[in-house]
Amino acid sequence: MVRYFTRLRMRRIYKWGGRPYIFDRKLKSYGFEYLNMSVEGQEAVTTVTPGQYILIEGNDDEYPFVAKLLKFFGDESHKQKKALVQWFLRLSEVPQNKKLLLGRSPHPQEIFYYLGRACDNEINAESILGTVDVQHVPEDTPFPEPGTKDTLYVKLSWDTKAFNVLDPVLMQDTPASTPPKPALPLFPPCASPTATPVSRGPVRRALPTPDPTVMRRAGSVSDTRATMSAGKRSTLEAESIHSASKLSASKILSAKRRGSAADTPGVRKKLQLSIGASPGKKMTRADVLCELLDEEMESEKVISLKLSSSVSHSLQHGCSLSPMRSGCKTPNGQRRFPWKLSSISLDRLSPTALGEQDLSSDLLLAVIPLALEDEVFEAGLPTDAGSANTPKKRQATPRRNYVREQKATTPSRRKESAMAIRKPALGVLAEEDSEDSPMQPIALTPRSKRKSAQLVSLRIRKQLNLLDNTQELISDGDDDCFVPSKKDLQSSSDEEKTDSEEETRGRNCKTSVRTPCKTPSKKDLQSSTDEGKTESEEETVVRKTRGRNCKTSVRTPHKKPSKKKDLQSSSDSEEETMVRKTRGRNGKASARTPCKTPSKKVTPSTPRHATPSIPSRTVPARQPGNILEEARARLHVSSVPESLPCREQEFQDIYNFVESKVMDGTGGCMYISGVPGTGKTATIHEVIRCLQHASDMDEIPTFRFIEINGMKMTDPHQAYVQILQKLTDQKVTADHAAALLEKRFSNPAPKKETTVLLVDELDLLWTRKQNVMYNLFDWPTRRHARLVVLTIANTMDLPERIMINRVASRLGLTRMSFQPYSFKQLQQIITSRLNKVKAFEEDALQLVSRKVAALSGDARRCLDICRRATEICEHSTSHPSSAGLVRMNHVMEALDEMFSSSYITAIRCASLQEQLFLRAVIAEFRRLGLEEATFQQVFVQHRALSRVEGLQPISVSEGLAVCQRLGACRLLLLEASRLDMLQRVRLNVSQDDVLYALKAVRD
Amino acid sequence: MSKRKVKETHMPVGECISQYGYIFQVQMILRERFCHQRLPEKPVGMESQHKHLLELLRRTAVHGESNSVLIVGPRGSGKTMLLNCVLRELLEVKDVNKNVLPVHLNGLLQTDDRIALKEITRQLNLENVVGDKVFGSFAENLAFLLEALKKGDRSSSRPVLFILDEFDLFAHHKNQTLLYNLLDVSQSAQAPVAVIGLTCRLDVLELLEKRVKSRFSHRQIHLLSSLSFIQYLDNVRSQLSLPQDFPDTNFYDEWNDGIKTLCEDQSVVDVLQRHYNSSKDFRSLHLLLMLALSRVSASKPAIKPTDLLEASRVCMVDSKANILHGLSILELCLIIAMKHLNDIYEGEPFNFQMVHNEFKKFLQRKSHSIHNFDKPVVIKAFEHLQQLELIKSMDSSTAKIQKEYQLMKLLLDHSQIMEALQKYPQCPTDVKQWAMSAFG
Repeated sequence: MVRYFTRLRMRRIYKWGGRPYIFDRKLKSYGFEYLNMSVEGQEAVTTVTPGQYILIEGNDDEYPFVAKLLKFFGDESHKQKKALVQWFLRLSEVPQNKKLLLGRSPHPQEIFYYLGRACDNEINAESILGTVDVQHVPEDTPFPEPGTKDTLYVKLSWDTKAFNVLDPVLMQDTPASTPPKPALPLFPPCASPTATPVSRGPVRRALPTPDPTVMRRAGSVSDTRATMSAGKRSTLEAESIHSASKLSASKILSAKRRGSAADTPGVRKKLQLSIGASPGKKMTRADVLCELLDEEMESEKVISLKLSSSVSHSLQHGCSLSPMRSGCKTPNGQRRFPWKLSSISLDRLSPTALGEQDLSSDLLLAVIPLALEDEVFEAGLPTDAGSANTPKKRQATPRRNYVREQKATTPSRRKESAMAIRKPALGVLAEEDSEDSPMQPIALTPRSKRKSAQLVSLRIRKQLNLLDNTQELISDGDDDCFVPSKKDLQSSSDEEKTDSEEETRGRNCKTSVRTPCKTPSKKDLQSSTDEGKTESEEETVVRKTRGRNCKTSVRTPHKKPSKKKDLQSSSDSEEETMVRKTRGRNGKASARTPCKTPSKKVTPSTPRHATPSIPSRTVPARQPGNILEEARARLHVSSVPESLPCREQEFQDIYNFVESKVMDGTGGCMYISGVPGTGKTATIHEVIRCLQHASDMDEIPTFRFIEINGMKMTDPHQAYVQILQKLTDQKVTADHAAALLEKRFSNPAPKKETTVLLVDELDLLWTRKQNVMYNLFDWPTRRHARLVVLTIANTMDLPERIMINRVASRLGLTRMSFQPYSFKQLQQIITSRLNKVKAFEEDALQLVSRKVAALSGDARRCLDICRRATEICEHSTSHPSSAGLVRMNHVMEALDEMFSSSYITAIRCASLQEQLFLRAVIAEFRRLGLEEATFQQVFVQHRALSRVEGLQPISVSEGLAVCQRLGACRLLLLEASRLDMLQRVRLNVSQDDVLYALKAVRD
Repeated sequence: MSKRKVKETHMPVGECISQYGYIFQVQMILRERFCHQRLPEKPVGMESQHKHLLELLRRTAVHGESNSVLIVGPRGSGKTMLLNCVLRELLEVKDVNKNVLPVHLNGLLQTDDRIALKEITRQLNLENVVGDKVFGSFAENLAFLLEALKKGDRSSSRPVLFILDEFDLFAHHKNQTLLYNLLDVSQSAQAPVAVIGLTCRLDVLELLEKRVKSRFSHRQIHLLSSLSFIQYLDNVRSQLSLPQDFPDTNFYDEWNDGIKTLCEDQSVVDVLQRHYNSSKDFRSLHLLLMLALSRVSASKPAIKPTDLLEASRVCMVDSKANILHGLSILELCLIIAMKHLNDIYEGEPFNFQMVHNEFKKFLQRKSHSIHNFDKPVVIKAFEHLQQLELIKSMDSSTAKIQKEYQLMKLLLDHSQIMEALQKYPQCPTDVKQWAMSAFG
């Protein structure tokens, strides 16, 4: 890492070339024809165009990643330069144990066409180093004589499982428009994210993508973000524009390069903090470990190890051990290496270690600057993975004895080695983290990128802990979810090995439950035939076990802590019974609740499941016919926009908040304020849509979304009823519902999914004792609640103003306020809604948005005015079809209609006597010097005035009628009419307005 | 038709009968007009508003576009008439006819959301869904209705037109729940609705809570008639004229000619001018014309200027002065005493004792015709005046103060008292003189 920072870098300058063309309207991304690259201080300009093969900056300067460029694109601001690529792999990027599959010695300049789906094919264009020549070599022809060093050769393709003959068609030309879309989480090349992190999960992308097998497994299990790439493109992009615009991982990279964390958003800052903090501490640790390992290894002559001073600073002790530093470039390699190391050290005694040796000699190591981030990331791996360890613990590992022995002698070292293993060995990490570090709440926040500060602090604590050489990791475990026994710890290192090996075979980790793991798994590696056999065996088992494991996955972690005994001997059946037990309990609980409710049923009149609906129409609604109608339909507030412009930051923040909570399985509150029409509810709905999509894609655990609205209930206590009804479909009284919810949220239950509760118009839930609000904010703090509460209200200081302390305190400080839209934003909103329907003049739009922004910043108002303007425009011409653009004057008219006060017109249109009465009122006010007079007084004036005007004086009854009419329009404010002549009269308009209006009438 | 004409000329008796029949028909037609039972062919003087509203509702009905609009205008300016005209026209369109569900609500009838919700459910015929049963709680009702509206979508469900008469009164409901929900539906992708509010309050938007207001589209159709007197006169004529399809052309011509001359009569023009000055709305005009029309009979088959004058007199009469005519001499004397007290103390309140003293002074000094009354009798008369609300007690806590000393105020104007005295039958001259003398 140090090296990474201090290394002198050439600064390259990237410029788009050619005219941008839009290729994704929703994302507002623009494609570009080519990219000009130049190195600072030099004249030469390299032009990169799609179709060329490029080198992409990676961890290793000598062996950058290779890819074929498919397309360039950038966002509107032209700040972000991105490119779509087709990856190629070097052999070194292929997982260690798969290299054998090649079956021949690789050509030094051979690369493989990458067919896996795990790798993000979107990169930051600024990580492009230059172009390279790639030649396709047919399968049976030998490699050409090494000519230029710059030419690389492709012969085979690699699909993460096997090498295949490359279809020449693929190499011919991949149309840029249809890049191969990875449908599954990535793999080897995905090491690139370190170098070229683009979009998507901002922080996560910044981290080296983990071992593919893990990813794959995780993906299949349920919730890896990486599957994002597999998602439907549209939605993903919708998300990516948000994240990309704000928190793009490329920013991190550049920030890191500059060595300043200052400009990265908070989350990242935290992460970097932890990263930054770690190397120092780690280093000593790593050094010690390295030395230790070195000794062992040397004595064994397993690998010839050299301590390379250049690498010694690196975080990873693994690097110092690397025999052929140069070869290594992928994080895969790095990651793999350390555990190999450990396994080697551990396997010293085992005869099977020989197989390993070969592999490890092939092993290529590299410096991972972000090893810690790896770890963070791995922690982010699916909860299921965490739970999946249970079975693994049971594995009988012959090497356990050795481990124990080691532990006995050098306990701290043992831990270190475990630590070392854990850190780099991505493949294993998910389990290890949860198993080995007691502090980590189980399944803790995947995606630490989602800034869970908690996670970061945990991590820091852990590091401190390790620094102290504290033996008692367990004692530290305040997060009781996970208190593994020491034995577990011991065995875990073994298991890691076996596990990871199995994982690399691309198998679900759960297989380990039944895998014949008692046989040293190393054998598998030695002979591929053996492996094949066992694989098939295991797979059948997997199929059986998978379903069950998935179901219990959430539950099991909680269970674990109670089991202090050595799990090694425990059998599958035990687990099953446990599962059954928990399930049974759950079943009972759910069975119990309903029986209570029905007896209390109060309203037998309304059928419980009446399905009311408005009758459907006989003739279908007509579709908009011309441009103006189309525009009007698009501008209607109800039309759901494709994306929400101008709220990216808020979207991202809320998304991160909810996602992290959902992933952690924790709860929390958030308060969102903002004046009406600023997109609060819409943004949240958008967030939920995205999250729901993500959960559909199995990237995050499923969750439940419930929405209540203070305005849509008749009484604050109805909130309970509605929540319960939406959760469980029962209908009970408010009190009972409160009790049931209380129980639901405070008791642990297996298989509980997170509930996301949106409380709109929070202020209406105010009661005198505030118990509704209290409960709403108290539930998320319960340990088993898994409730995320998002609240919305209009006033920023609502918690301070109406909430008593204990409620406000529970609401917490996670607040966000939506500012009224500025005129630019409003303009953008309209434009994005219109979406190329050319119905408005540019100036007209600007006028509307400026006017609205000046008054309220309410987007609804803005849209309504535009809609009205289209109507006016349509009516202004005789033929609706011939109506042109909405012009300034139409908009002006609409604005006048909506904003002008009607009082003056009303006065002008009033009858003569009414106008006279108003004058009398003013005259009387002036006489009295007060802004109030009785009708009697005014009437005297009125009579005098009518005499002056030469009108027949009216009777008192008539006068009262006139007065009442004015009062009904609210031109006058009157007291109750039973006071008759004594009722007091006030003006509801300013005197000047009245005089102005009356003067204009007389002129 | 010609046959009948022949008949009429030859048979005076038959003519008389048919004349009676025609008069009956005329009264029928005109009464329907004046009592707002029949909509006019075309709303007068509000063409643009009519077009706007019609377009709006048509879009809701045809395109399923949700809208909200307020029709604002002073009382009697024709808001409901305009809306009804538009609805009639809308329902004549074939596509629309079976496709809209109008729901009429009135702020004076549906005084809270609970009642309003029940009414909506009833008018939407949704109660059938739950098997005719009376609904449960208010909360259930609301949830039920919202659910129903939420299920619909723009293209497939029938548009619902919510017509809220006296819209301002709905704004006084608790939390404005109903308005919020209706307007929210109109701003979200649910069943298409049009919320049409009718109100006479110009400041109605200020009544709406900010989030309710934000959901309202801010369309307001103002009905402020800027009718000139000439147009007013024309309107009167057309209102009184018979329609083209009147069965008898002869009578038709006769009647319409009569109306034409009537409207040119100077006294009639004066009366109408006075009315026009007082108020431009049609409702008060209709009242006037109705009174005039009721004086038409078979023996007097036309409206004469005198009829209109008389009707105008009835319309303009001062109600308080009328009450004064029915008072006894003693009560009248008390009123006069109060008037003097008002003059002396410049409108300060008085009590019975003061009035009684004033009255006694009058009896002692000036009265020739009026005898002394016992005090209880005077008190009784005083109380009667209070019951007639000619005088009003000033302090609310009546129980604690003796009746004689309660502070009162006179609810009559000097002019009203003098006018009443002039018209009072057989008013003693000394009382009249006392009334006219300054300071009793």
